[in-house]
Amino acid sequence: MPALFPPSSNRTIRLTLAVAGAAIVGIPLALMAWVRTPAITGQHSAPAQPIPFDHRIHVTGLQIDCRYCHSTVERAAPAGIPATAVCVPCHSQVWRDGPVFAPVRHSLATGRPIPWQRVNSLPDFVFFNHAIHVRKGVGCETCHGRVDRMARVEQAAPLTMSWCLDCHRGPERYLRPVEQVTTMGWQPPGGQAVLGRELARRYQVSRLTNCSACHR
Amino acid sequence: MATAVSSGPAQLTDRLLAPAWTPSRVWWVLFGISGAGTLVLAGAVAYTVATGIGVWGNNIPVAWAYAIINFVWWIGIGHAGTFISAFLLLFHQRWRSSINRVAEAMTLFALVNAGLFPLLHLGRPWFFYWLIPYPTRMGVWPQFKSALPWDAAAVATYFTVSLLFWYLGLVPDLAAARDRAPGRTRRRVYGVFALGWRGSGRQWHQYRVAYLILAGLAAPLVISVHSIVSLDFAISQLPGWHSTIFPPYFVVGAIYSGFAMVLLLLIPIRRAFQLEDIITERHLDNMAKLLLAMAWMLIYSYVVETFMAWYSGNVYERYTYLVERPFGPYAWIFWGMLTANVVVPQLFWWRRLRVSPPVLFAASLLILAGMWTERFIIIVTSLNRGFLPSSWHFYVPTWVDWSILFGSVAFFFFLFFLFLRFVPMVAISELKQQRHEASTAAAAVAAR
Repeated sequence: MPALFPPSSNRTIRLTLAVAGAAIVGIPLALMAWVRTPAITGQHSAPAQPIPFDHRIHVTGLQIDCRYCHSTVERAAPAGIPATAVCVPCHSQVWRDGPVFAPVRHSLATGRPIPWQRVNSLPDFVFFNHAIHVRKGVGCETCHGRVDRMARVEQAAPLTMSWCLDCHRGPERYLRPVEQVTTMGWQPPGGQAVLGRELARRYQVSRLTNCSACHR
Repeated sequence: MATAVSSGPAQLTDRLLAPAWTPSRVWWVLFGISGAGTLVLAGAVAYTVATGIGVWGNNIPVAWAYAIINFVWWIGIGHAGTFISAFLLLFHQRWRSSINRVAEAMTLFALVNAGLFPLLHLGRPWFFYWLIPYPTRMGVWPQFKSALPWDAAAVATYFTVSLLFWYLGLVPDLAAARDRAPGRTRRRVYGVFALGWRGSGRQWHQYRVAYLILAGLAAPLVISVHSIVSLDFAISQLPGWHSTIFPPYFVVGAIYSGFAMVLLLLIPIRRAFQLEDIITERHLDNMAKLLLAMAWMLIYSYVVETFMAWYSGNVYERYTYLVERPFGPYAWIFWGMLTANVVVPQLFWWRRLRVSPPVLFAASLLILAGMWTERFIIIVTSLNRGFLPSSWHFYVPTWVDWSILFGSVAFFFFLFFLFLRFVPMVAISELKQQRHEASTAAAAVAAR
């Protein structure tokens, strides 16, 4: 009777076991790495907007404060997307014609809002309130990045839960004086370590990490 | 050995491997029935997953019901296999060799079933991996203070060790199957699983060492796994659950129900494959004695539990143990449980009944049912009448609950019939070694 297995069988089965072992370890590790990539988190994604609104011109060029347009940021959960009426006082004087501004004119004529696309989207099971963050000294820039340098607004942060918790577990690392909340490129004078602790004490910022802080 | 020619080692191997070569008609019928039952399970599980666990009867206040009852029941059944393979091996109880293969297979299949229930009870079983502590993108870990991640770790460890132990024990027998299988394909398949076993002295030496190490690893699991399962209950503050006797109480109950399941499987196998000379009256007798011993430890737990409820002076404890269970809406289940778990095993005081297959079979069936109802009593009667009478609730299972329960029993037998068909069902090499040792010892005595 011929042998059941050729001499190479040992090598084949060792190789198979090695590949299987590598897959058992490697596939979960690869998945864990993959869910952290921008492809999954949406970080750096910049959805196309109905109007190519350029924050560089408005923030850096014209020095308009964030709160001029995002006017509810200090008192409500959403920061607020400006109504068309907010655009019009200026844009009835400058840059009012041309096909680029067609959505503004259309909105003004019909009373329907401009269909801006959401950039930073949190899941429905998360309760997020802008007002409390801004009033405790979390800068716009801390979460939204250097909007003053964005031609088209992109999602600056990964918006994963571990990203939220990173700050909630040690908020003093990110706090700034409330007067500086809308400042872009703010640097802590004298270092964050000292100032952050001082601000956390002054604003009574606690480390909110209980589930129902966000999942209500 | 008087009949050395007809029952020599080679004949023994052939005889014990024969069922793996040609399935009988009975096997096909039973396989078909259990397969149909498995389809019922698959259907009920698919319906549950697609619709949500609202299709089950459990709801606040009875938030845990069939899923957890079945989980505890199946895990418990698994314990006898490990007890037989590890504890009895370490204590040199050589009679275990005839039954350990079946018992270990039973452990594995019981664990497969057990694992199904907590996963389904998650409600979103596709997030099962949240039970595993790994660095998540959420930046949080499982609640290590909860018994449920302990459970996941204990059961996963238990399954891994049981699988390795079973497989390692199988290797020499798989090699025997490789050498004797009809047809080249089967030889090759068994050959792959035999991992190149040649039966050399060196291989045997390493095999023995590995087997003992695994036995040493498995032995503490007999105690730890069901202890941890019991902590699901014991670390809560619910009267009926909040009790320090739970870990030993659960371990004893587990081994008790497991031995009942081993008997339930072995008695028909012994008859169908004419294994009366391998699974002898002594085996039945020993297992019946173990059942009796476990029954008395269980009775002790019942007594202590009830006594402590009274002795505590706590009205809620007293209510659960002394009013709700014996006289409440599920009293008939409670008394049925006591009959099956306490009265039935007393039959085994008589040797004639301990070696009678029909009596053992019927008693095992009753004990298995009794142990299932014990978990029903522990879970449902502790939950259905809580501290607030306004939220009292009479729990009734739905048809989905029943389908999953009976489907899981069918699935267990489905796996078991596959095992009988393809895997050597008795540890042939161990048995041959023992027979050889017995015959050389007899020869030595005769020569003197």
